[in-house]
Amino acid sequence: MVQRLTHLLGIETLTREQINFFLDQAKPFQEFQRYPLKKLATLRGKTVALAFFEPSTRTRISFATAAARLGADTMALQAEASSLKKGESLMDTVRTLEAMRPDSIVMRHSSSGAPAFVAERLGVPVLNAGDGMHEHPTQALLDALTIRDRKETLEGWNITILGDILHSRVARSNVYLLSKFGARITLCGPAPWLPREVESLAPGLRRSHCTEEALEGADVVMVLRVQTERLHEPALPAEEYILRYQLTPQRLQLAHPNALVLHPGPMIRGLEIDPAVADGPQSCVLEQVTNGLAVRMALLYHLVGGAGPDTAQVTKE
Amino acid sequence: MRVVEKRQLLSAEEIGRTLQRLAHEIVEKSGGTASLALIGVRRRGVPLAERLAKSIGDFAHAKIPVGTLDITLYRDDLSTIGPHPVVQSTEIEFPVDDRDLVIVDDVLYTGRTVRAAINGLFDLGRPQRVRLCVLVDRGHRELPIEASFVGRTVQTTDTELVEVRMKETDGEDRVVLVERAL
Repeated sequence: MVQRLTHLLGIETLTREQINFFLDQAKPFQEFQRYPLKKLATLRGKTVALAFFEPSTRTRISFATAAARLGADTMALQAEASSLKKGESLMDTVRTLEAMRPDSIVMRHSSSGAPAFVAERLGVPVLNAGDGMHEHPTQALLDALTIRDRKETLEGWNITILGDILHSRVARSNVYLLSKFGARITLCGPAPWLPREVESLAPGLRRSHCTEEALEGADVVMVLRVQTERLHEPALPAEEYILRYQLTPQRLQLAHPNALVLHPGPMIRGLEIDPAVADGPQSCVLEQVTNGLAVRMALLYHLVGGAGPDTAQVTKE
Repeated sequence: MRVVEKRQLLSAEEIGRTLQRLAHEIVEKSGGTASLALIGVRRRGVPLAERLAKSIGDFAHAKIPVGTLDITLYRDDLSTIGPHPVVQSTEIEFPVDDRDLVIVDDVLYTGRTVRAAINGLFDLGRPQRVRLCVLVDRGHRELPIEASFVGRTVQTTDTELVEVRMKETDGEDRVVLVERAL
């Protein structure tokens, strides 16, 4: 019996069984995306609050579509990041959400741990859509589903994650997930974005500042988005990043012939990834998007709804 | 939930004969098998549909496609039960438009499962016709649903259950009437 999940706050605390359960449950929802009529009444009458306190288009639309296809209603709460301060305002956030009485909350926030803070205080399921530099669990799940579908198993692959590891919650969630499945993970990026401390994320992680070395023998290459603001730092001009870390067709050849290329999106063609690679046969970016929808539908189906308290609990300090 | 077996309703041999008869009835009352297809409702409707298709194939020499339908997402009780049940996949490899469909299930009771199955099918297209074939009709309808093809009609009380066991899912072919024990 798989242990039931109340909230989805991160991958770190999930078991292999729970992860496999959600990947398996995404299957029927993958098929569903091909139906002529993509509208269920399964979560009819339920409300999913989309509380995005950081800009997001893709993840927000994906969750909104997933909820809508399940028949749920959504409430979109978007706050400008600049108007948020830490601590006290988060409590106000919690009170605002509570006043809306949703049946569940999908939350993206610039502070690591914010969804957990909300989950402890409200009586409704919380799904983390990305918190600070901490975790982005649904991204890791859809990446895992993409790998499992293409490679038929999730076990024991050589994974190279390339880019700004330090600031990447996508990297963290993927490291947590794939290391539970025996992956041999190499993290690669420029020194300022790849401190020694990242090795403590999971046992057996390798660190490299040399892209060619990191790609050798890789079965899966995950290219991370480059946050362009960070490229104005004197230590790392864009031209140097492209020269040393861009995933080009030549560099990709160092990996296994059938290596998969994954990217969480949005891609900056010509920066972290060569357009030929982005559009090539090894690129899985479009499948990742479809799988994201299926995974989020499976999560909403299992976490939202069912018999439970109709009202949120009183906020405790 | 503890159950006590009260009596056997169908033996393996009787199931076999009943399915043969149902297969003949389906062909007889379909005016041609060209657009006929069977949809087995998970779980036990699936082996039943497969056996019916095989039977029809044998005596009518017509290859009838079989699809499997999981109705979990279409249930009307999801907000009242505890954790949501696991979803299985629906596999219908042929287009549903303009098809003469027969939904196949083991037991017809309140009719809610069939209502959900109809909803599921209509998300896939617009069938020309939908009828229902069940092994056992145990009465107590809560919706205006009827079966065109019925194996056996059985009078039951609210505390009784009709358990259909099939070799493919339960290791044996047998239909029994059981009582919920307190």
